[in-house]
Amino acid sequence: MDLVTFGVQLLNAVQYGMVLFLVASGLTLVFGILGVINLAHGAFYMLGAYLAYWIATYTGSFALAMAGGVAIAFVVGLLLETVFIRRLYGRDHLAQVLLSFGLILSIDEAREILFGKDVHSVAPPAWLAGSFQLTDNLSYPVYRLAICAFCLVVAALIFLVVTRTRIGMIVRAGAENREMTRVLGIRFDVVNRYVFAVGIALAALGGIVVAPVSTVFPGMGDGMLILSFVVVVLGGIGSVAGAAIGALLIGLTDTFGKVFFPSVSSVLIYVLMAAVLLWRPNGILGRREV
Amino acid sequence: MTNRSMPPISRRTLLTGAAGAATLAVAPGLRAPAIAQNAPLKVGLMLPYTGTYARLGKFIDDGFRLYVERKGGKLGGREIAFVQVDDESKPAAATDNMNRLVGREKVDVVVGTVHSGVAMAMVKVARDTGTLLIIPNAGANDATGPACAPNVFRSSFSNWQPNYPMGKVMFDAGHRNVATITWKYAAGIEQMVAFKEGFAKAGGNVVENLTLPFPEVEFQALITRIAQIKPDAVHAFFAGGGAVKFVKDYAAAGLDKSIPLYGAGFLTDGTLAAQGAAANGIKTTLHYADNLDNPANIAFLKAFKDKTGHVGDIYAVQGYDAAALLEVGMAAAGGDVKQRDKMIAAMGAAKIDSPRGPLSFNKAHNPIQNIYLREVRNGRNEMVAIAQKDVDDPARGCKLT
Repeated sequence: MDLVTFGVQLLNAVQYGMVLFLVASGLTLVFGILGVINLAHGAFYMLGAYLAYWIATYTGSFALAMAGGVAIAFVVGLLLETVFIRRLYGRDHLAQVLLSFGLILSIDEAREILFGKDVHSVAPPAWLAGSFQLTDNLSYPVYRLAICAFCLVVAALIFLVVTRTRIGMIVRAGAENREMTRVLGIRFDVVNRYVFAVGIALAALGGIVVAPVSTVFPGMGDGMLILSFVVVVLGGIGSVAGAAIGALLIGLTDTFGKVFFPSVSSVLIYVLMAAVLLWRPNGILGRREV
Repeated sequence: MTNRSMPPISRRTLLTGAAGAATLAVAPGLRAPAIAQNAPLKVGLMLPYTGTYARLGKFIDDGFRLYVERKGGKLGGREIAFVQVDDESKPAAATDNMNRLVGREKVDVVVGTVHSGVAMAMVKVARDTGTLLIIPNAGANDATGPACAPNVFRSSFSNWQPNYPMGKVMFDAGHRNVATITWKYAAGIEQMVAFKEGFAKAGGNVVENLTLPFPEVEFQALITRIAQIKPDAVHAFFAGGGAVKFVKDYAAAGLDKSIPLYGAGFLTDGTLAAQGAAANGIKTTLHYADNLDNPANIAFLKAFKDKTGHVGDIYAVQGYDAAALLEVGMAAAGGDVKQRDKMIAAMGAAKIDSPRGPLSFNKAHNPIQNIYLREVRNGRNEMVAIAQKDVDDPARGCKLT
């Protein structure tokens, strides 16, 4: 493999990793801070993509689709937390798995009623629609680069909020010791609600951002859900920085696995996960007790 | 997760159930003679009504019902009643669903399904129970190969059929070194093996088989690989959402300008609206094209549009032809399914004027049909030429004569 091709594959790997991070970051927040296993995370990813398709089709504006989709997902997240999820804190994981599996089925059914069963595509915003030449016969869509940049911005924002703001401090305190935070008079329950809604909004945002390069189809969230869990476990549950590292590792393993070891590429990321967990049982940046 | 343990069945419930079942089994027997003549023929439609293939299932269902409606609700003079089962494209539940249709619902004929894994489980039950089965889509070569049976018919295609003729088409277009790309699962592999066979026979060489796990859609690494090895052309098999994404990614990478993309027809069937301009000029082979101008197709498309409001496609045609095939059998047996041998012989010898063109069947009960070369123009799969006339499936491993 010549250097140019290697560079292009590296770009593919990083870009894929960025998208994985965007989706997995919401999962790691919800999982790490609320202690809730949300199997419906992939379903919200799909829902985001369908919302993007729907809004973009009716308004013709991708920016509106993005804002509207995230807002709707955020509100849905608030409602779900108030009605269902709050009853699950501290319950065993089986109850959470059951509830969120039920959510998957409900969201799928809602999607079928609202949007039908067809495959759709979404146009990227006009100013990002072009592409540039990488090699003699291969060009690269500008939009894919924009995804990278956008994901970096989101990652920086999450990082800043978690480490530099009062809300971030409460979130970290709550993740560390829920009861003590409550005893100190901090309204951790309210924060929980917003953390959950932000997690859902991040999943939907991932679906919206990916919609123009991917396609919008039923079941698109299933594969993404599994990959997100791998990213979260790999990086360390609850660690946003860990999720970033995990996502990049998966992007690299998947891309170069497909090129160099095509016959075993489907298991490579799980081999990677097993190896990392042997080395660090709590994930790369995981704390001892979660 | 789906394997939740059920409360254990006590001996008493089991006995009650058995007694009930025995009563039920005896009771209709008393009235049986009257039923045989007047009762409608029970057709079990076992199709995916939900999930990824839901649209395909719906179109097959609509196609089948359309044919029956056009014949006044009767096939071979007998009223038709339907029993519907959603197979959800889940192979694990296939045997139970099929047994339910055959055992509890006591259907006379089963029509199904789309997913090959489910269809193969249905073939097994059909072989064990002798139930008449018509497969309206699933292309697994085995169904009319090693697993073929007198009572199993297919109104669609074998995975071998649309791909083999593409070998010669691509060779004649001047392509000598071709790369293939598909999902690594049974259908994908069968399609690529058939293409390779046809291409090698024509004198071409497959330089690389690119695969990725089913149903993954992250193609970027493999598209970069194609750009690196620079084949003369690419032959691809994907379907549904994967097909849309692959075609769009391929065009976004600019490869469509230097390395033409070919494929089995599924690459551009039912997906063109979402693929948009990215699909323009892609050539595929299939046993149908959207603008076939034979009278049967024109009448079919009009009737389908009137009934459903949708534009008919190959899946609707396959459902439609499944009903046509059943009618041939029913007519030969005078509406009496007890005359199985007559029915099966007539169906095997059927010559159907299908919307896809002339349709007959080989000894393994797989269609013999034209394979068309189509090109995507104006958002449709328009016919370019007949890639190969009356393509028969080799039916390898089938012992029927």
